[in-house]
Amino acid sequence: MNLDFTEEQEMLRTMARDLLQTECPKTLVRELEESDLGYSPELWKKMAELGWQGLTFPEEYGGTGMTFFELALLVEEMGRNILPGPFISTLVCGLTILEAGSEQQKREFLPKVAAGEMILTLALTEPSASWKPEHISVRAVASNEEYVINGTKLFVPDAHVADYLLVVARTEDSTRPEEGITVFLVDARSPGIQCEPQLTLGLDNKAEVVFKDVRVPKGNILGELNQGWKVVQIAMTKGTALKIAEMSGGCQASLEMANAFVKERVQYGRPIGTFQVIQHYLADVWGKTDRTTHIAWEICWKVGAGVATPFEVAAAKAWTNEAYKWVTERCVQCHGAIGTTRDHDMGLYYRRAKVAELDYGDTDSQMEVVAQQMGL
Amino acid sequence: MDFEPIAGTEELRKEFEDFFKEVMKDAPPGWENSPDDLATDEGWAFHRRVARELGKRGWLSLAWPKKYGGLGKSIFEQLTFNEVRAYYRAPGVDGFGMAMVAPTLLAMGTEEQREEFLPPIARGEVTWAQLWSEPEAGSDLANVQTMAVRDGDYYILNGQKVWTTGAHNADWAFAVVRTSKELTRSRGLSFLLFDLKSPGVEIRPLPTMSSHSRKVEAYFNEVFLDDVRVLVKNRVGEENQGWAITRATMNFERSGLAGLGGIRHSLDELIDFCKETRWRGKPLSEDPLIRYRLAEIAVGITAGQATARHVLWGQHRVEMGEAPAMEMVPRASSMKYYQTELDQRFVYLGCQIMGLYGQLKRESKWAPMAGKFERLYQSAPGPNIYAGSTEIQKNLVAWIGLGLPRT
Repeated sequence: MNLDFTEEQEMLRTMARDLLQTECPKTLVRELEESDLGYSPELWKKMAELGWQGLTFPEEYGGTGMTFFELALLVEEMGRNILPGPFISTLVCGLTILEAGSEQQKREFLPKVAAGEMILTLALTEPSASWKPEHISVRAVASNEEYVINGTKLFVPDAHVADYLLVVARTEDSTRPEEGITVFLVDARSPGIQCEPQLTLGLDNKAEVVFKDVRVPKGNILGELNQGWKVVQIAMTKGTALKIAEMSGGCQASLEMANAFVKERVQYGRPIGTFQVIQHYLADVWGKTDRTTHIAWEICWKVGAGVATPFEVAAAKAWTNEAYKWVTERCVQCHGAIGTTRDHDMGLYYRRAKVAELDYGDTDSQMEVVAQQMGL
Repeated sequence: MDFEPIAGTEELRKEFEDFFKEVMKDAPPGWENSPDDLATDEGWAFHRRVARELGKRGWLSLAWPKKYGGLGKSIFEQLTFNEVRAYYRAPGVDGFGMAMVAPTLLAMGTEEQREEFLPPIARGEVTWAQLWSEPEAGSDLANVQTMAVRDGDYYILNGQKVWTTGAHNADWAFAVVRTSKELTRSRGLSFLLFDLKSPGVEIRPLPTMSSHSRKVEAYFNEVFLDDVRVLVKNRVGEENQGWAITRATMNFERSGLAGLGGIRHSLDELIDFCKETRWRGKPLSEDPLIRYRLAEIAVGITAGQATARHVLWGQHRVEMGEAPAMEMVPRASSMKYYQTELDQRFVYLGCQIMGLYGQLKRESKWAPMAGKFERLYQSAPGPNIYAGSTEIQKNLVAWIGLGLPRT
């Protein structure tokens, strides 16, 4: 055990923090929230030049060979600053291709992701709004050298800008729901795909994607036929960990903002941070943020090392879900009325906290995994 | 940063486990190592016996320098011991002597004091009591009124202490007393050690709400001091400099990991109970609300453990001289009240799950889990108050962790 950062890790954190502050001010965040694309292609390109999209890919696929933990530190800074766009969506799929893909798929997809030329996303959830394999109803049926996909995906992040979708489809009926599922790499421009972004609380583009007789070559199966749920689990574990890192950064930023505010805001002739009631609110926020930061680092390190248990992943997400919402709510309270306005930055975090809870598994679904893992 | 298991602690863990597994076979029935358990004659005798066994093995002085009878181990090995002992709910450790007096003397005692007082602590032969709080000095400890007046080689002590855990069983006391009438508040205090059998010491029990009958003795006491003579050489640190001593007991493992492990052990027992118990036609464990609330406690423990590892690491850095001790204060304060409140929530959940049965004492043949939660319900609020109340801990986080002003 060594809980100090390496010099390299410290540098990565500082560099990311500084760059995001300069390149992605809150004016740009608000602008991107209102835009159709939802991200800045210029910034996306700049990030690729810095090697962010390919941070953890081996050099042979255009990456820089750093660890998943280091990627999580980068994502933590994105959460702290807020960086709208498809970074987590793309990286989750990229890392899943790296782990489950064929050599050909890796050579085809990863260098493009690393170069900032390809956006990916996982199309898993459906109108059933469930993370469980028994609720996958999109079907793929074999037809000569192709599969034909039909059905509707919902809540697909960043689908409107994605180049490829990792589509989770049922290819065989089975008594065990996790059997008979297959993941396909689907060109988002294939005929028969209709993508309709839905406005969300996070202004972050979750889409309905309708597949009508969409034809996919057999070579585009990611992993094994009918064994796709294992591939989904790879993506979900990595996505959950990165989401936790992002949320942890958001908690830290909210606390810093509120702490600075209560030292400046004067009422009754004194800064409100001198009142014990405010001090105790923020002491609680400090503690919750501290624990969120630590559980985020730990789960990201463990996921990277391949030693995280399903209990640990679910517990970390359940914790962070509730912590981020609670922290941002308290920080809005410390700001008073100004914290509730569109012009103030607190609302950007407060809204994201609820949406982030839902991404990669809301609290109720995570708590049920925790319960099952404890033998209940 | 990495979270690999700490090197070299696994063999030691096995040794500790083998010991505690064996020794706990002789525990009195229904043993939980609670203050109430220790307040019975049988429980106290068991504690003393285990203490001597631990002393023989050198495990009460694991992290002390070898010079004073210690084994010279690190904070990580101390943690391993604390974790295993917490899991088995074993007695045998006098928290006051081992976790407060010994680190204080190692840091600030004279050579003579170390040689006199450390070996009996290491052997598990002496029990210490903490004489700090007074009727007018609870959270506001600097308001201590007990006076110590110099008389040649002695101080003459007069005053009253309160909330003294285990004073009736203790041999020695470490007290904060006022040695100057002119210097106010924290400036006029000194840190004294004295024998509780000294003439003029009177100890009266102060029953808590759980002390319901002759079967359960009080573990709190009031201690009255009437012209008690204490040797000046038993003062730790300089006269009127005692305040600094009260806040300098760092080099003892206080991560809270052991305590969180203890809650997890109790949670696992409650889970087993819920799986085995069918009420109204189905196992409790199938009730969605019960599942959610048990999971919530487990999640809380997991998050606490994540930060507790950083407390431990921070203490290690302080020990190595890589960080100032002050850096640790907000995190340790935050974890103190986080842990006591989590434990309290767990206890209340246990009571809730027991339903009507939750009111039964262990004497009732109908009491589930030997009436465990009936007892814990009464002791649950205490930890939020003692050893620095939740409110005091929040102040420290706000002032030191957030740089908010003291007013």
